[in-house]
Amino acid sequence: MDFMLSKEHEMARALFKEFAEKEVKPLAQEVDETEAFPRGTVEKMAKLGFLGIPVPKEYGGQGCDPLTYAMCVEELSKVCGTTGVIVSAHTSLCCDPIMTYGTEEQKQKYLVPLAKGEKLGAFGLTEPGAGTDAQGQQTKAVLEGDEWVLNGSKCFITNGKEADVYVIFAITGTVEKRGRMQKEISAFIVEKGTPGFTFGTKEKKMGIRGSSTYELIFTDCRIPKDNMLGQQGKGFNIAMHTLDGGRIGIASQALGLAEGALENTIAYVKERKQFGRAIGAFQNTQFQLADMATKVEAAQLLVYKAAMAKATQKVYSVEAAKAKLYAAEVAMEVTTKAVQLHGGYGYIREYDVERMMRDAKITEIYEGTSEVQRMVISGALLK
Amino acid sequence: MKVVVCVKQVPDTAGGVKFNPDGTLDRGAMLTIMNPDDKAGLEAALRLKDQYGAEVTVVTMGLPKAEEVLREAMAMGADKGVLVTDRVLGGADTWATSTTLAGAIRNLEYDLIITGRQAIDGDTAQVGPQISEHLDIPVISYAQDIKIEGDSVVVERQYEDRYHVVKAKMPCLITALSELNEPRYMTPGGIFDAYQKEITVWGRADLKDVDDSNLGLKGSPTKIAKASDKVRKGAGEKVTLDPDESVSYIVDKLKVKHVI
Repeated sequence: MDFMLSKEHEMARALFKEFAEKEVKPLAQEVDETEAFPRGTVEKMAKLGFLGIPVPKEYGGQGCDPLTYAMCVEELSKVCGTTGVIVSAHTSLCCDPIMTYGTEEQKQKYLVPLAKGEKLGAFGLTEPGAGTDAQGQQTKAVLEGDEWVLNGSKCFITNGKEADVYVIFAITGTVEKRGRMQKEISAFIVEKGTPGFTFGTKEKKMGIRGSSTYELIFTDCRIPKDNMLGQQGKGFNIAMHTLDGGRIGIASQALGLAEGALENTIAYVKERKQFGRAIGAFQNTQFQLADMATKVEAAQLLVYKAAMAKATQKVYSVEAAKAKLYAAEVAMEVTTKAVQLHGGYGYIREYDVERMMRDAKITEIYEGTSEVQRMVISGALLK
Repeated sequence: MKVVVCVKQVPDTAGGVKFNPDGTLDRGAMLTIMNPDDKAGLEAALRLKDQYGAEVTVVTMGLPKAEEVLREAMAMGADKGVLVTDRVLGGADTWATSTTLAGAIRNLEYDLIITGRQAIDGDTAQVGPQISEHLDIPVISYAQDIKIEGDSVVVERQYEDRYHVVKAKMPCLITALSELNEPRYMTPGGIFDAYQKEITVWGRADLKDVDDSNLGLKGSPTKIAKASDKVRKGAGEKVTLDPDESVSYIVDKLKVKHVI
């Protein structure tokens, strides 16, 4: 067993870190304050291939492994949680299912421009009545001739209005399962600009405020028959498998937020003086930092392990669930402690830890709440 | 068109500096980066590659660890990397370094050689021009802009308050300023590709037309009397005064310390 990163991974991390420090960090506060989607940063990342890191080269990607991708989201999130989730949602939730379930034509038409960053991707599963209960879908797709007609709405969609390509889930019928009638769910690729596809309200959020979170509305939205992703009726499986990968992205985002908060706090406690001493000289501070650093490293090991599992295993649900559960809870704990160690200044928006604490909360909620992760983990234990 | 770029792995000045007992830098013990002027030179070469389809070969002399800067250069887009490393080449000053690099470059085809103006660890600005002397080709130093015109290069050579436009027939050597351009980032895929590529490693025996008396510490006329890291100063004293008061305040201080 070897816990050393390869030289390639080390160099990739140095690249992501340099980019994050130079291009992302200077904008983080403004992006949060103004809730402005960082389009310029996305264009820069597209040029450098950051929007197609795990996509094979023949489909316009960088051909790197999931660990390299995870480190990219981690380093971006260290300085800006918004930028981290833009890359994560695009890559894990849109590129990945098209790469895994798409036909060759779909890959050429959608995956190539997505991986090159010419187009941005999003994923629509959640509905007002279907959160953790993903089976509670109401959006319907009916086949009329050569077209599917979509009706319904999706909510809390990351990259909502900024994306160009959407992976959307809808009911295509009912099937009998163990004597009960169940909804048959299928996945579709929908392009922005398709008549009948509009946007609802923009959500005003606690954190990751620069990420574009919208309601998607489908009113007699007609898409070509060929835009079904994967087999009819396999939508639920596609969604769950996609979310396994997505959880590694969000776990990386959570990890980055925790690391960023820890780094900020270490610098702060060396400078901030109370009672004639730097507050880092007090044992309370030292012990807090020790606990924070230990948990951050444990989270990093789980996240990297899950990323490696995605590279080498067919099924990695439990690894992904553990990584997301732990990293998200560590992110919340560490950012909260970071604010506490900053004292009053930590509550002021001028200091990055204030934003990081708000950004961290969502990692315990989206792409499966911490409770869902516990269900996945315990489900495998008691199988 | 073939371009050779000389790069140096230098200590990251943000990471602290360590010395060997003989006063030379303990390069193995320090965090390192690609020298900024050299990186600008590499970017200039990569732009020639983008524009004219030039083949870019990067050459470095250093410890085996210096391979890292070659990988970085290839991850940015350079085609080939040559590492010149040998125990007998260690402790080289600018003369021995330029002799070594010229000996390596004699094995390569080139229309243009680009080096950085100077390295942030030595700050001599001598190696580039010395290589051109060894190879008997023209040199244009302090380049702030490079253009190709037929078989010549047209370079803006920077001065403090102006620049000269200098034209030279290739092959020639140019030394680049970090102001020349904004070097591109590597790409993630480029990094993994760079590690798949072969790097040419040359030792003393591979150097062409060089004499042992001009190599390594023994071949270096420069002797370092003393080297030291920046002396850390205290926080100093901060006072807020208007300009007139501050002049008399400083003059008084200097008198007390017998400086004036």
